[in-house]
Amino acid sequence: MSKIYYSPSHEYIRVEGTSGFVGITEYAQKQLGNVVYVDLPEVDDDVTAGEDFGAIESVKAASDLISPVTGKVEEVNFALVDEPGLINKDPMANWIIKVSIDDPAELDDLLDEAAYQELCH
Amino acid sequence: MLHRYLPHTSEDISEMLAACGMESLDGLYSDVPDGLLLKRDYDLPEQMSEKEVRDFFKSLSDNNRRLTCFAGAGYYDHYTPAVVKSILSRSEFLTAYTPYQPEISQGTLQYIFEYQSMIASLTGLDVSNASMYDGATATAEAMLMTVAASRKRNRVLISDTVLPQVKAVAATYARYHGVRLDLIEECDGATSREHLESMLAEGDVAGVIVASPNRFGILEDYSGLADTVHAAKALLVINSHASALGAIKSPGEWDADIAAGDAQSLGMPLDFGGPYLGYLCCTKALMRKMPGRIVGTTVDDKGQRVFVLTLQAREQHIRREKATSNICSNQGLMSLFVSVYLSLLGAMGLEEVNRIGYAGAHYLADALSATGRMSLTYPDSPYLNEFVMTTVDKVDDIMAASISEGILPGVKLGEHEIMIAVTEMQSRKEIDRYVEIVSSMGEKSTD
Amino acid sequence: MNREYYGKLIFELSRKGRGGYRLPSNGCSGEISDLPAGLLRDHAPELPEVDEPSVVRHYNNMSTNNFGVDTGFYPLGSCTMKYNPKINEEIAGDAMIASLHPYQPVTTVQGALELYYTIQQTLAEIGGMSEFTLNPYAGAHGELTGLMVIRAYHAERGDDRRVKVIVPDSAHGTNPASAAVAGLKVVEVKSRPDGTVDVDDLRPLLDDTVAAVMMTNPNTLGIFERNIPEIASLVHDAGALLYYDGANLNPLVGVARPGDMGFDVMHINLHKTFSTPHGGGGPGAGPVGVRKGLEHLLPNPRVIKKDDGTFDILYSDNSLGQVTGTLGNFAVAMRALSYILSLGRDGLKMVGPLATLNANYVKEKLRDSYLLPVDGVCKHEFVFDGLIDKSTGVTTLNVAKRLLDYGFHAPTIYFPLLFHESLMIEPTETESKETLDEFIRVMHDIAREAAESPDMVKSAPHNTPIGHPDDTAAALHPVVTYQELIADEV
Repeated sequence: MSKIYYSPSHEYIRVEGTSGFVGITEYAQKQLGNVVYVDLPEVDDDVTAGEDFGAIESVKAASDLISPVTGKVEEVNFALVDEPGLINKDPMANWIIKVSIDDPAELDDLLDEAAYQELCH
Repeated sequence: MLHRYLPHTSEDISEMLAACGMESLDGLYSDVPDGLLLKRDYDLPEQMSEKEVRDFFKSLSDNNRRLTCFAGAGYYDHYTPAVVKSILSRSEFLTAYTPYQPEISQGTLQYIFEYQSMIASLTGLDVSNASMYDGATATAEAMLMTVAASRKRNRVLISDTVLPQVKAVAATYARYHGVRLDLIEECDGATSREHLESMLAEGDVAGVIVASPNRFGILEDYSGLADTVHAAKALLVINSHASALGAIKSPGEWDADIAAGDAQSLGMPLDFGGPYLGYLCCTKALMRKMPGRIVGTTVDDKGQRVFVLTLQAREQHIRREKATSNICSNQGLMSLFVSVYLSLLGAMGLEEVNRIGYAGAHYLADALSATGRMSLTYPDSPYLNEFVMTTVDKVDDIMAASISEGILPGVKLGEHEIMIAVTEMQSRKEIDRYVEIVSSMGEKSTD
Repeated sequence: MNREYYGKLIFELSRKGRGGYRLPSNGCSGEISDLPAGLLRDHAPELPEVDEPSVVRHYNNMSTNNFGVDTGFYPLGSCTMKYNPKINEEIAGDAMIASLHPYQPVTTVQGALELYYTIQQTLAEIGGMSEFTLNPYAGAHGELTGLMVIRAYHAERGDDRRVKVIVPDSAHGTNPASAAVAGLKVVEVKSRPDGTVDVDDLRPLLDDTVAAVMMTNPNTLGIFERNIPEIASLVHDAGALLYYDGANLNPLVGVARPGDMGFDVMHINLHKTFSTPHGGGGPGAGPVGVRKGLEHLLPNPRVIKKDDGTFDILYSDNSLGQVTGTLGNFAVAMRALSYILSLGRDGLKMVGPLATLNANYVKEKLRDSYLLPVDGVCKHEFVFDGLIDKSTGVTTLNVAKRLLDYGFHAPTIYFPLLFHESLMIEPTETESKETLDEFIRVMHDIAREAAESPDMVKSAPHNTPIGHPDDTAAALHPVVTYQELIADEV
C-alpha cells in the first residue's frame, strides 16, 4: 500500500517502502498550463527536503521543483524529456523522480490529502 | 509653441486638465510632498535650435584626432558598408521596443533569428542569444552559466592570456556574485596547460575560460583541451572576437561548450567604446541556462512560419531573482548590424577580411623587424592580424612621433611593448609610412 | 505598417556565387593557409551569399512588418516610448567619433572626454546626485552596477553582514534578478492596496543584514511614494542605502530629483527618459549616479576633469571594479545629451508635467469602461485591472491584441503582478491630444465590442501581418537557427 503526502509548494510524494515517487500535483499542473520542459536531476544526486532538485517550465511560467524529503535520486522519469506534456495529462502517474527517504520522520512535516485540498481552496 | 517635440497647445492643456478635474499642471503633483519639489530650473542651458546643437557637438568633435588606426586589443577598425547604416536607420527597426507583440514585430524577430543562425554557425555551436552588451560582459555571463549549470561547483578558471578588460569584468562579476575565479598562468604567450591541469585536479571547477586570438594576438592551439576540461566535469568557454572566427578554428570545432566574445569586429564603428555587441553561444544541452532573449520559429493560426521570443520562462520578468541573469533587453539594433554585415560579406567576404588583415599584419611585422627598432615578442607563435613587438625605443616616443603624422601605432602594453593590429582599413601607403616613422626613430636616437 | 507578411529569411535568398562586398586592398601577399592547418576552421561558416540590392530589399521588406514609435502610438507601460528626435541620430553618427578607438591616448580624444564629462555632469544635475558614470550598458546593467556600489560601500566599512536587499512586490522583475546577480538575497516588502510601500511592513525588515532598499518612484502603478522621506530616514538609520530604479524617472523630469528625496544611488535609462531609440531592444545605456561620498566607488574607468582643465581617464583601486570593456555606450549617451540640449532647461521642465497630464487624461477618459483599481492622481502611467465588465470573458490579452488591429501598439500587460488583468498604459509627453483622443475612442470601441461580439475580440488580432503564433510549439521543440530549421524540414 502506498501513501501520498503533499508539500505546500505543490509537490507530492507517493511513498512505497523506503522510497517515494515525487511529482507535481493536479492543482500545480493546472496553474502552470502546458508544460514544455522539465529540468531533471541525475540518478544518485542528493536531494534535501525543502531545496530544489530541478525545475519545470510552461510557456509563461517556471517554477523550481522542491524535494519533500532528504535522500538520493534512485530513478528519473526520462519519458518527460521527450514528452513533458505527460505531466498535464496525468501528473500522479507521471512522477518526476524516485527518491530514497533518509528520514521517514520528515514525512510528518508534509500535508495529507485533506490538508492539501484545504490549502488549494 | 512650447517646444518642437511637444505637441500641446495651451488650449489642449486647459481642456485636458479640465477632464482631470484640475486647474493647473501643479495639481498633477499635489501628491508630492512640497519639500521634494524642485523650485528652480535645472542649471542647464536654454533650449537650442538644431543648428546650435550641431555646432556644440561639432566644436567638441573637432577637439579629437582622427588617426589611422593600428590599435586593436579587442576592438578593431573595420569598414562599415553603407547598406548597414541605411538599414539600421529604418525607423521601423530603430524605434521599436523589444518584440513583445509578435504579430507586429516580425521584422525584429526575423533578424534576430537570422543573427542567431549566423553567429551559431560562426562559433560552431548550436544556440545563440541576441542579448549581450559587449564581449567582456558576455564572457562574465558565460562564467555565471558554467556555475549555474554545475549546480554545486563554484570555481572558474580563466587564462591570463584572456584580454585584460574581459578578465577585469569577469573578476568583478565573480567577486560580487560569489564565484571563485582563479587565474591560469601564461607561459610564453599561451595558457599554461600544466598549471590548468594542476588547478583542475584540485577540484570544484565549473568552467574554464580561454581565448583565441588571445591578448597578444596569438592563436592558441587548444587540441585536447576540451577533453581535459570535460574529464574534470567542467565546461569550456572560448573567447574570441567575432571577425576572426571567419578564419580560425571555431569554439565548436575545439569542442567548447560556450563561446563568448565581442562582435564589434564585424564592422561596427569604434565609437569611442560603443555601442558594441557581445555574442554568447552554447550547446543545445546548455540552452536553458542561457541568459537573455532567444527567438525561435513556430506557426501562426494561418499555418504560416513565424518567429517568436521563446524559452522566456528563464528570464527575469518571469523568474525574478531565480532568473538565469538580470538581462532584459536584446541588443536588437546591433544584432541587425551583424545580420546585414554578414549577409553582405558571406563566408567568402569574411575570409577575405581576415586574409587582408593577415597579409597586412605579417608584412608590417616583417618590415618593422627589418628596421632593427622592433622585433616580434613571440616570434614562434602564430597570429592572425595582431601581434606584439618589443621595441628599442620607448613606446611613448613611438606614439608621439606617429600620432603627429596621423597614425595610431597600436596599443601600449609596456614601456617597450606595443600591440599592433592590421585590418583592410590601412592602405599600403599608410603601412609603409608607419614603418618609415619607426625607422626614423633610429636616425633620431643615433643623431 | 505593411499588413502583408514578408516572412522570408536571408538564407533563402542565398545563391552560390553571389556576394555583396568589395574590400579595399593593401596589396600585401600572404594566405591564411600559411598558418598551421590545425588552427584554422575545418568548415566555412554557413552564411548567406547575396548581392547588395537583394540584401537591401530583404531588410527593408522585413522592416515593414514592424511597428515603431515613428509609425504609431506605443503606450507601452514602463517603457517610455517617446519620440526619438532625428537630429540625435546625425549627432551620434559623427564620423570623427566613429573613428575613435577606446584605447586611444587621452591627448587625442579630449573632445570626446569633455563630452563624456559634460553628460556626467548634466545627469548629475537632473538626478540631484554628485557624480555619474556612463559605463553601464543598459538599465539592468545599471542596477547591477548600483548594487555593486552599495556592496562596495558596506565592504569598505567592514560591514560584511549586509547580504539582503529589500524590493517591493510591485517592482520590475529586473530588481530581484539584479540583486541575485550581485550576490544579494531578495526580501520582498508588500505593497498597500494603492501599490505604495507599507512603511509599517518595511520597518521590521530593516535590520543590520540589509544592504539596500530598491525603490521605483513613482512605482509601477504610476503612484508617487509620498512617504519617501520617512522611508529614506528609516533606511539610513538602519545603516542601509536607498537605491532609485530610474525606469520611471520621466514624470519627475523638471519637477523633482531622486537625490533630493534621499536616494543614495540611482540609474537612468537613457533609452527611456532621454529618448535614445530602443532599437528593437537595444542598445541602451544605464548611467549610474551616486550621492556625495560614494564617487570613489564608481566603476573603472572614470572620466575626470583635471585642475588644468584637461580630461583624463582614471583607473582607481578604490573603485568597485570594472563592469564594462570600455567607457560605455558613448554614441547612445551622445544622443541623450543632444535631446537634453534641444529641450534645454525651459523645455525639460515641461516633460514631466505633460507626460503626467497625458496619463491622467487617458485614465480619466477610460475609467468608465476599464477597472481602475487605484484611484487618485497618477504620474506618467497607470494600471487598469482589465475591463469593468468581466462577464464577457474578454481578457486583457484580448484587448491588447485587438488594439493591434486598430493600428496601436499594445500596453504592457499582466504587469505589475498585483492584479490579475493588469493593463499598464504610458502615453508619453510627445503624444498629441488628437492621438490620445483616437486611442480613447478605440479603447471604448473595444469595450463595446467585448460586450456585443466577445468572440471576435477573443480571436483578435485579425488585421496584422501574422495571426496568433503557437508559443507552446515553439517552446516544446525549440528551433532557434536556420540550420535546425532545414534539418527539421528534411
